[in-house]
Amino acid sequence: MTDQKNDNSEQGILWEVFVQAKPGLAHKHSGSLHATDAEMALKSARDVYTRRSEGVSIWVVPATEITATTEGDSDSFFDPADDKVYRHPTFYTVPEGVKYL
Amino acid sequence: MTEEKALYNYLIRLGDNALILGQRLGEWCGHAHQLESDIALTNVALDQIGQARLLLSEAANLQGEGKSEDHLAFHRDEQDFRNNLLVEMENGDFGQTITRQFLFDVYQYHLLKAFCKSENDFLKAFAEKSIKEVTYHRSLSRDWMVRLGDGTENSHQKMQDAINLLWQYTGELFEMDESDEVLMEAGIVPDLSEIKSIWDKEVKTVIDEATLAIPDTRGFMATGARKKGEHTEYMGYILSEMQYLPRSMPDAKW
Repeated sequence: MTDQKNDNSEQGILWEVFVQAKPGLAHKHSGSLHATDAEMALKSARDVYTRRSEGVSIWVVPATEITATTEGDSDSFFDPADDKVYRHPTFYTVPEGVKYL
Repeated sequence: MTEEKALYNYLIRLGDNALILGQRLGEWCGHAHQLESDIALTNVALDQIGQARLLLSEAANLQGEGKSEDHLAFHRDEQDFRNNLLVEMENGDFGQTITRQFLFDVYQYHLLKAFCKSENDFLKAFAEKSIKEVTYHRSLSRDWMVRLGDGTENSHQKMQDAINLLWQYTGELFEMDESDEVLMEAGIVPDLSEIKSIWDKEVKTVIDEATLAIPDTRGFMATGARKKGEHTEYMGYILSEMQYLPRSMPDAKW
């Protein structure tokens, strides 16, 4: 409760939940939930997002702490990459048996 | 009393605690103040039901009359149940449920920890599996005790009311009888008075941290009630809801 003093919602603030499915893999966004503090967010994330053995590690982040691109950024951020096929490693043969590439 | 009979009695006691608490927590399904808590409480309920299944199956095996866990859960009457009165207590508000859960979680955790050293193979294996679940339950309810006790004026008062109501049912958790003595002699179960001193210390630490107070209770409810199969007024309602379907349709299957 000390974490978020400016919270005026009865449900707490919004947290984004990232779950790692196996050791070595990246944490992936699973969804979000409401909690009043980080410890509560972590426990709720465990109960809501990993009760069917989906994960081995959880990150929770206050949604307000995430800085995101906006739709208006799209033209300058992403379009320039469209016509640069040479940036894709398509000129290599990927050895068999390589996972998670 | 033979060791086998004592173990049967003990397993029924543990199994009934898990079953009735699981049933009580299940009542929260769809009713908690937010989805997160709803799922958290019903997760704990399912863990308790899972434990009840293991315990009552083993009790049915020991009994050797060809009965199943379901028979023990659904076809015994109120006076045959041996759970502690604490687990029958009403859910009340969320704070009251959390308080009941916390008082029981600390008890169950230390009991399971002791069973991990049991001479009985079943009880040892059961404890090693279940203690992981109960470690989480205990951490969850501890957090909420502190969060609500040391929260707003309103939440603090509700938590204090819950402790004042439930405290008188905690003494019964540590009552021992002949079954305890037979099994303690064989190194199968712990002396509950030892569990009580650990429980007292841990519960007090958390209640202090939650800025709450242990009530000045002069006596505890229901001394020796379990031996006679006596329950609170709530038990009949719990059983009628839990047992209605299997009793009215005995061969019903999923």
